[in-house]
Amino acid sequence: MRTILYLVRKEFTQIFRNRFISRAIFGIPLVQMIILVPAVTFEIDNIKLCVIDKDMTSESRDLVSRLQGSEFFLISHTTFSEQEADDLLHKNRCDLILNIPRGFSNDIMTENRAKVMVIANAINASSAQLSWAYISGVLRDFNADLVMDNLSVKSIGTLPTIKITNRFWYNPTLNYKYYMLPGILVILVTAIGLLLAGLNVVKEKEMGTIEQLNVTPIRKYQFIIAKLVPFLVIGLVDLAFGLLLGKILFDIPFAGSLGLLFFFAVLYLIAVLGLALFLSTLSSTQQQYLFVVFFILLIFILMSGIFTPAESMPLWAQKFNLVNPAAYFMRVIRMIMLKGSGFIDILPDIRGLAIIALTTVSLAIWRYRKRV
Amino acid sequence: MPGLIKPTDMKRFLGFVKKEFIHIFRDLRTLIILFGIPAAQIIIFGYAVRTDIKNASIAVYDLSGDEVTRDLTDRLSSSEFFILREMIDSYDKVDEIFKSSKVKAVIIFDEEFGRRLISEGSASVEIIADGSEPNVANMVTNYTRAIIAEYNQDLNKSPGEGLILIEPEVRMYYNPNLESQFMFVPGIITIVLMLICALMTSITITREKEFGTMEVLLVSPLKPIHIILGKVTPYFFLSLVDLIIILLLSWLVFGLPVKGSLLLLMLITMLYILLALSLGILISTISKTMQQAMFISLAGLMLPIIIFSGFIFPIEYMPPIYNWISTVIPARWFVTIIKNIMVKGTGITYIWKETLILSGMTILFIVVSAKRFRIRLQ
Repeated sequence: MRTILYLVRKEFTQIFRNRFISRAIFGIPLVQMIILVPAVTFEIDNIKLCVIDKDMTSESRDLVSRLQGSEFFLISHTTFSEQEADDLLHKNRCDLILNIPRGFSNDIMTENRAKVMVIANAINASSAQLSWAYISGVLRDFNADLVMDNLSVKSIGTLPTIKITNRFWYNPTLNYKYYMLPGILVILVTAIGLLLAGLNVVKEKEMGTIEQLNVTPIRKYQFIIAKLVPFLVIGLVDLAFGLLLGKILFDIPFAGSLGLLFFFAVLYLIAVLGLALFLSTLSSTQQQYLFVVFFILLIFILMSGIFTPAESMPLWAQKFNLVNPAAYFMRVIRMIMLKGSGFIDILPDIRGLAIIALTTVSLAIWRYRKRV
Repeated sequence: MPGLIKPTDMKRFLGFVKKEFIHIFRDLRTLIILFGIPAAQIIIFGYAVRTDIKNASIAVYDLSGDEVTRDLTDRLSSSEFFILREMIDSYDKVDEIFKSSKVKAVIIFDEEFGRRLISEGSASVEIIADGSEPNVANMVTNYTRAIIAEYNQDLNKSPGEGLILIEPEVRMYYNPNLESQFMFVPGIITIVLMLICALMTSITITREKEFGTMEVLLVSPLKPIHIILGKVTPYFFLSLVDLIIILLLSWLVFGLPVKGSLLLLMLITMLYILLALSLGILISTISKTMQQAMFISLAGLMLPIIIFSGFIFPIEYMPPIYNWISTVIPARWFVTIIKNIMVKGTGITYIWKETLILSGMTILFIVVSAKRFRIRLQ
């Protein structure tokens, strides 16, 4: 035990002697929080709409003014030429074209089903789908009001209508920051764990100092624990720092138990650090290690469902996520912070992650050779 | 320029480039990573990262349990968007089912839904979505609303005509099947090239510094500019090979061919590679150790590129300040160019502005890194 304590102290001294790293530990979360969190949003508003109104009647103008009044749309251009509208779409000056053909109002009057054409720039499929959903919502309302007007004249009576109300729990305003901040904390903790710990060992290898450690009587597990503990502490401190920044800067809610989150974070860091130490035994230079870790980090993070729901991934990707520690943390940190999920709710995740942690640490101890 | 270089210099330079190539090709692992990363990323992220939702789990709390609500439940669960995970029987279960993250939304049909709909002409349904995933919550709500509204329209079709007065017709330009690939492939080209060029060069040059071998090079008869060019040249060609691999993969695997001029795409990509390489040199002049170079590449390049190139998050909808910040991120301009050439098939007339900006940035980075490198020599 005393051996481990001495080794841990040595590691801390070495880490904080490097001024760049000690600055990076607090600098990176600060930069990430301030710059990245507000930028990442899927909320779309002010969709740039180009209107071609060839009808020019009170009905068509009514429709256009409704779109103008909607918070989602911004009528950026009006034109009579389809070609000009296409060109604007081509040049990215507008996102959506609404084409109201001549005879629109006449068709409505004669109940001939008036047509309108909507053209969306669909390179970004999800934005296009959302824009289409918004504009068809406006068209639906417009249609319903027209029907009502017509019906009251003909007095057929009321038609069955389903009234739909909706609510968003845990995040009523769908604030995207609440969603992204936990995700960015996961990137932070993962990067600290994977990069710093592994590089530390590989650097000792590259510099030859690891041989000095190898000739001492310390045991394999002592070496691994001594390398693991300092970065575990740094990871947790960074997580706490990130949470604090989130609270101060963005007033991020924290619905669940802080203790439970940190318990899970310890488990997560052990899994990640075990992996880092295992990978470091496979690389002989920092350069090699860096490339391998970049690869793994990018895959882990993007596959974990940080930007996109992991559930809509294909089955093979979901299977992969069973062994992807970042996927567990990504899910659980959001559950605890936003929904206040308890121990029972995350029990399956704890079990899965514990198995991963056990595996990676065992692998690291097994692969570490005291001989060159 | 070639006239200004003496033949002996040229010979030395070529010898140096050869040495660098040997360094790269000697290490099989570096090589596999150099080509394995882009290929694997294109395939994995092209397939796995999806912004659309399919088979989202929902629960239904049916207070009425009549024919209409059963019909509606069927409609919802038979659509490709939803899977009916559970029927719940109390309002308290909603919180429980959300907390264990089993479902994305709960749909609650009011009491006597069917009877009220027919006799009173109106019935209520409530959608409660799990807002902890805003995007999913939004989409699930929109899809549910659309399905219910469609059912409502079908219901009304029989008694009287003239209820649908306006028929919108939609055309999805450039991407009629709404595939995510059209967004991701250009984004990944942008990221992978920057990663390979900037990260690789900054690390190899810093490595020479950290190990002291840079001094050996500096006392050799090679001029500093030749050392840097020699370091960078192999990566320039390797990046081009990478680009070709990615384009081939995106064509063969995703069926996403280059719609516009391939030559134009290659030329502008070369410009972008040049820019990335000069950024790499710049980073290497700033950092003393490989760890530093890597941290700067990671924190200063990777994340901003992923975020600000607008390939996952559309820049147009970010707060205005960020729109401004993104203008200094080269990837933002490059991704626009690639999308234009690959997906829209537009020519230089549509992208000359972006190309000009990219050229300006390249020149700036080359000048700055050249200046900084010379300072270190004195």
